[in-house]
Amino acid sequence: MPEARPLRVVLAEDGALMRDGLIAVLTRFGHEVVQAVADAPSLATAVETHEPDIVVTDVRMPPTLTDDGLRAAIALRERDPRLPVLVLSQYIEAASAGELLDSTDARAVGYLLKDRVIDVTDFADAVRQVAGGGTVIDPEVVRHLLTRRRDPLDRLTPREREVLALIAQGHSNTAIAQELTVSAAAVGKHINNILAKLDLPPDAEVHRRVLAVLTFLRS
Amino acid sequence: MEVMTVLRRRGFLVSAWPWRSLAYLVTSTISGALVLTVVAAVLLVGGTLASVLVGLPMLAALAFAGVPVAAFERWRLRLMDAEPVTDPHRAPDRPGVGGWLAVRVRESATWRELGFTILLATILWPLDLTIAAAGAAVPWALLTAWIPVLSGGRRGLWPGVAIHTPGQAIAALPAGIVLLAAGAYLVTVVAAGRAALTRRLLSPRPDEAALLLAEVTGSRARLVNAFEAERRRIERDLHDGAQQRLVAVATSLGLAMLDLPPGPAADHVAHAHREARKALVELRELIHGIHPQVLTQHGLGAAVQDAADRSPVPVALTWDITGRMPAAVEATGYFVVCEALANVARHSGADHAWITAAHTGDTLRLEIGDDGAGGADPSGGSGLTGLSDRLAVVGGTLALASPSGGPTLLRVEIPCPKPVPSVSSSPRTAP
Repeated sequence: MPEARPLRVVLAEDGALMRDGLIAVLTRFGHEVVQAVADAPSLATAVETHEPDIVVTDVRMPPTLTDDGLRAAIALRERDPRLPVLVLSQYIEAASAGELLDSTDARAVGYLLKDRVIDVTDFADAVRQVAGGGTVIDPEVVRHLLTRRRDPLDRLTPREREVLALIAQGHSNTAIAQELTVSAAAVGKHINNILAKLDLPPDAEVHRRVLAVLTFLRS
Repeated sequence: MEVMTVLRRRGFLVSAWPWRSLAYLVTSTISGALVLTVVAAVLLVGGTLASVLVGLPMLAALAFAGVPVAAFERWRLRLMDAEPVTDPHRAPDRPGVGGWLAVRVRESATWRELGFTILLATILWPLDLTIAAAGAAVPWALLTAWIPVLSGGRRGLWPGVAIHTPGQAIAALPAGIVLLAAGAYLVTVVAAGRAALTRRLLSPRPDEAALLLAEVTGSRARLVNAFEAERRRIERDLHDGAQQRLVAVATSLGLAMLDLPPGPAADHVAHAHREARKALVELRELIHGIHPQVLTQHGLGAAVQDAADRSPVPVALTWDITGRMPAAVEATGYFVVCEALANVARHSGADHAWITAAHTGDTLRLEIGDDGAGGADPSGGSGLTGLSDRLAVVGGTLALASPSGGPTLLRVEIPCPKPVPSVSSSPRTAP
């Protein structure tokens, strides 16, 4: 990935320690946290004020301390479908991930376990991917979903599932090839098989990848 | 007590029964006389002082005289009856004399007990005294008549009737023995009747018993709810405290790794970072085990799906419920599913498991099955007892079919009102 311009980030996180940690990481990778807020209503206001490149928000936040952050993120996307949103959750929950993806066309959206921030480089990559229109789904969500055996994913071979899981995490073909220690050509073949088996229309490949992820998550 | 069987039993006369019965009547006499004295004294003093108002509370207090008297009578009843009599009174709603009075004055048991006390003070104790005297004192007087006679005195039996001579005293012996035996029967029969009357008047009425039972069930449910609330609090505290700090530490270590040149320091930091990550994973699992947030937020369906996802044995889930159910029902349902899936993973050796859930009428029905070896024994301490206990709190029932060779099917039914619709309560299912 080429050295990109710094991102202007609006951050919503009610825990002070966590908030400081996130700011430290984002700043270290050259981004600017234009405003950090601690509850869902302030998040909406901050986004309106700053028009950031990406919103990073916790799920559980005041006022109700349930899933206010997720609701706020969904509401923000409804108002501006192009606004990149990365949602952080204390625990993994496929239902929330699905809700978030359903509310969008699954572009420029991410759902990650909060703990992922400790792997600072990976986290920074994820922020960058979401800001660039990509989809990042936590490996843990993917692992959960993989244990459900349902059509049409049943038609996939274990290797193809593995590749699909990596796509869902937002990896590029090259990254997947590295991860699985196979050639990029082999990855391309797997992806074509996956798209064919999931009956996805022959369209631009990026879009089909997104649809594949959606099929995967909605199964 | 089946007094007739006791009376017919061989060896009744040398058993403890006549003595217990006598003790019952004698203590009745003593306590009855005492109650009469106290009540009379209070009436007298209270009546005298009524004009200066001090006496009125004393007289009013008499209305509650039945409560301690009845408590003593119920305790005394154990002489005659092994089966204890339940206290018909409820626990006061609030502490203090006021709370006690407020509850007691509305209880019919209080007034029944007052009636019993009046009966005791006026009729019962003189009757008990008469029977005890007739059954025990008369034979005793006959049997021991020779003692005063030998020393030259006399034994008076009745006004104008007395034993004077040794001959009369010797003749009195067999008469005394016969009367003693007859007295034993008399005393026992009367004491048994007296005990039955006491039990009838002083035990809880059916509606009172139902109320007491409802109270016990209610307090058990409150206890379980308190535990549940405490678990939620611990989960929150861990999340807001330890987990956040650990993430902060690990993040700092992660940032330090970026800037440190390769070397021992970098290795140490990397090691610390790895350990912190493991600790976070463990902490997350721990928090999830204490109280899964998905249950609070998305309801039983999502939580069961989550549990199914975690199960090492593949689980097919059929969830035919939309909407949220009461928190207690959801918590119990989740507990049941987790326990059942844990049993499937541990004991069954199954390749597949399935869960079906449906709500019909006003019952939530959960079925958890597996294709394993079967032979699950409800009495084998396999966690099933814990399940039944937990279900009992919400009025649920459990049925288990687990023939040797399988399959095992656990069916749980929990009374539950129609689920309240909500947007995100059911797991995502294939279209």
